[in-house]
Amino acid sequence: MENVGIVGIGWYGFSTNVHDLSFREMMFEAAQRAFYDAGGMNPREQIDAFISCQEDFWEGISISDEFAPDPVGGSMRPTMTVAGDGLQGLAHGFMLINSGVADVVVVESHAKPSDILTFPEIVELAMDPVYVREAKIPNYHFIAGLDATKFMHRTGVTREDLAEVVIKNRASGLKTGRAPHASMLSKEDVLSQEMIVYPLTRVDVARPVDGAIVVVLASETFARKFNDTPIWITGIGFSTDNSNLELAKLGDAFYLRKASELAFGMAKLESPLKVNGMFVDDRYSYKELQHVEALGVNNVAEKLREGYFHEGSYLPVNPKGGHLAKGYPLEASGLSLVLDAVEYMREGVSSAVVASWRGIPTFTGGVAVLQR
Amino acid sequence: MVHPLKEEELKEHFTVTYRPQAKYSYTAGQALSTFLRGLREGKILGRKCPRCGRVYVPPRLYCEDCFYPTSQWVEVKDEGIVMTAVASFISWTRDRLEEPEIVGTIRLFPSSPRDYVYPGLFHRICCSYDDVKSMRIMGKTVRARWKPVEKREGSIEDIECFEVV
Amino acid sequence: MKTNLKFRRVAAIGAGMTPFRRRMLETPQELAWEASRKALDEAGLELRDIDCVVIGSAPDAFDGVHMKGEYLAHGAGGVMKPASRVYVGGATGVMTAISGWYHVASGMCKKVLAVAEEKMSPGRPHPQAVFRYIWDPITEKPLNPNLIWIFAMEMHRYMFVNKISKEEIALVSVKNKRNAANNPYAQLGGEITVDDVLRSEVLVWPVQLLDVSPVSDGAAAMVFVDGDIARRYTDTPIWVEGVGWTLDNTSWPNRELAYPRYLENAARMAYRMAGIERPQREIDVVEPYDPFDYKELHHLEGLMLARKGEAPLLLKEGFFDRDGDIPSSPSGGLLGVGNPIAAAGLMKVISIYWQLKGTAGKMQVKRPVHTGVAQAWGDLMQASTVIVMRN
Ligand SMILES: [Zn+2]
Repeated sequence: MENVGIVGIGWYGFSTNVHDLSFREMMFEAAQRAFYDAGGMNPREQIDAFISCQEDFWEGISISDEFAPDPVGGSMRPTMTVAGDGLQGLAHGFMLINSGVADVVVVESHAKPSDILTFPEIVELAMDPVYVREAKIPNYHFIAGLDATKFMHRTGVTREDLAEVVIKNRASGLKTGRAPHASMLSKEDVLSQEMIVYPLTRVDVARPVDGAIVVVLASETFARKFNDTPIWITGIGFSTDNSNLELAKLGDAFYLRKASELAFGMAKLESPLKVNGMFVDDRYSYKELQHVEALGVNNVAEKLREGYFHEGSYLPVNPKGGHLAKGYPLEASGLSLVLDAVEYMREGVSSAVVASWRGIPTFTGGVAVLQR
Repeated sequence: MVHPLKEEELKEHFTVTYRPQAKYSYTAGQALSTFLRGLREGKILGRKCPRCGRVYVPPRLYCEDCFYPTSQWVEVKDEGIVMTAVASFISWTRDRLEEPEIVGTIRLFPSSPRDYVYPGLFHRICCSYDDVKSMRIMGKTVRARWKPVEKREGSIEDIECFEVV
Repeated sequence: MKTNLKFRRVAAIGAGMTPFRRRMLETPQELAWEASRKALDEAGLELRDIDCVVIGSAPDAFDGVHMKGEYLAHGAGGVMKPASRVYVGGATGVMTAISGWYHVASGMCKKVLAVAEEKMSPGRPHPQAVFRYIWDPITEKPLNPNLIWIFAMEMHRYMFVNKISKEEIALVSVKNKRNAANNPYAQLGGEITVDDVLRSEVLVWPVQLLDVSPVSDGAAAMVFVDGDIARRYTDTPIWVEGVGWTLDNTSWPNRELAYPRYLENAARMAYRMAGIERPQREIDVVEPYDPFDYKELHHLEGLMLARKGEAPLLLKEGFFDRDGDIPSSPSGGLLGVGNPIAAAGLMKVISIYWQLKGTAGKMQVKRPVHTGVAQAWGDLMQASTVIVMRN
């Protein structure tokens, strides 16, 4: 398989409520920026296929695929939807290029959670109708709570460690222009918060955010036509661990273990410690550590305490603040991490790993290895 | 092997009833907000693409063909040609309706019969079932019947229907 | 559009489906399992041999589950594997096969299980209610539309522009329900007459009850493998030789509905890849998407198997019959077999697969077949997916 280059990326939003633009207008704004980033390309002539990543109940529109083509330049073109996280969309784009059916592919994803009036109820709708929904749990974070306690018990990660992740990520977000939840917090601030579900407080949990992200991918032959320094996807994989909560193995992100096995194998990456940065889903503070562990990093608690994951150290994790600082734009969450990684690499480093998760109640994630 | 059931057999098996609580407040955005304000004033507003000249009704901030921002508001006529019309005897829950509801699409002026894409609306058409069945209504020129000003609220419902001129 | 001529060869080596019926006792996961198991059995594979799973399912609202791909990963064999769901409304079924193709053609996987499932009957008060939410929430939904309106509007436009009568269109229903009588999976096979169609309940004029496919539950699955290893498992692999898909713009009230230009686009993409220059001469059997009877004619024209407005004429002459020049919907189509949306689309691909393999049993068409085409359609009269296969 050949590498696929990220030749353009654009975003819009990252605000808790983009009240003045519809989701379609946000898509257009993000697409314009991505095409400008890709050397001012003409999407109507230079793109072979379009992929949008979205889910009906997030949109509040049944068959929301209908609205995918126009705002990104994809009408009367091969346009399709991947009902999954943006990183899965990226993998489908990667496959389209490697199959030979396309040279240039656009991957788009967006989120407008501010339009959803019954957010927890929509999350509940993703749970098994016969078994889990009937349990009538008052708060969907309970799954994260179960997962976190088991993870902490196994690895020795403490509440103080989780607080450290919160402080690190929320502060890192202050450096970027798209982090509505960034702030300077002290350990006392974090530890004195009220619990939502033990061991997670309000500041341990990332919040949904409005946003749209568009990525332009190109084959090895075409990439330099649009960008002198493409960021190469040298390995990509995704995996689902389980779909039923009652059968899932909690306490470990098996989905990322499988996905990273695929992605690292493809990229011939021997050790995750060899990259310059990790951008992992941190919708819950403990998830950052659990995901880093699943990527093959041992003793995450000790490493965190030694400052190993902080910016400027050996292996910066979420140096742009992750979802804790930015919020998570639903299915665009994976692309939000990719966006962070691309910006980080454009500052001069040569490699990064991105690891996404689809959020409660799923056990699905994706991994991409990026190199310059 | 799978097991198909008859309607009455459903009662013999466990079923779990669940009513989704899915509520949304859709952001209309720049283009449609102005469009809805226009309807309140009795105007049908569109956006014109400076590159290809196409007028979008309902309006969009961008031209899908040129992938270029539309730049100009234009008012189109509240008059046009019936492209297609149908008579519905069922409601959206598939209950039977006594009187059919008649809806269709209208190609609004200015536009030409040669246009594959054109400014247009999907709306009710005030005509008889027979007009639909005999296809007499197809190709007819129709005009919007507006609600009285004081009853308009910035909705597609500010137009009651389109009726033959 | 790029069409590279050095595509990696991809073969279909197994297929399975559940019968399509109105109410199934099984959960969506169990339906998916049933079809997947049958497909694996036919391919002579076990789940552990499968590298990736592609899932196809149309609106989440039917099964009443958000993130339905995640939920279906279970029955579809997607646990601890790369599993993802593709989606293009009603055109999803064929897209699932196309996605199975590029999973293999890209070199990402050697063996892929493609599974499509839909359980339409649980929706209350009626599955129709789900379709109220497919429209633009600001400019269309306030008018309380139902899905049949959209078809009726397109059908009436097609009839008006091409001067086609209801009688001519009803012949599709008659043909497909007759073909379905030979299909063991079918929900509504049988002998009906044009008069039966014309006398059936008027839903939304010009659409009547027998113009429409039924509400169904069901699942279908296929196994696609790398061409290099296909003959390890079967002597008769069926090759995927062309794929194409296109989405038209969202604004359906703003464009001509009499002809599906987006389908022509998708078909041209697939034909170019398969090296088909004269579709009417080179295609031996076709499964066009027929949720409504006129749609089959509309699609035969979009697939360039009939000139614009002339499909009814060819139909009347028997050109599309099971013993005709290009048998169309030999399975019985959605009108006869049933319409669990995504599963129905994949059923169309499976029907072509059976025809080319020569295992279609009583459905097998009379003439020898070498090239077959399956097609599906969806969204707001805007999406089409096309696949070309050869034996
Ligand atoms: Zn234009």
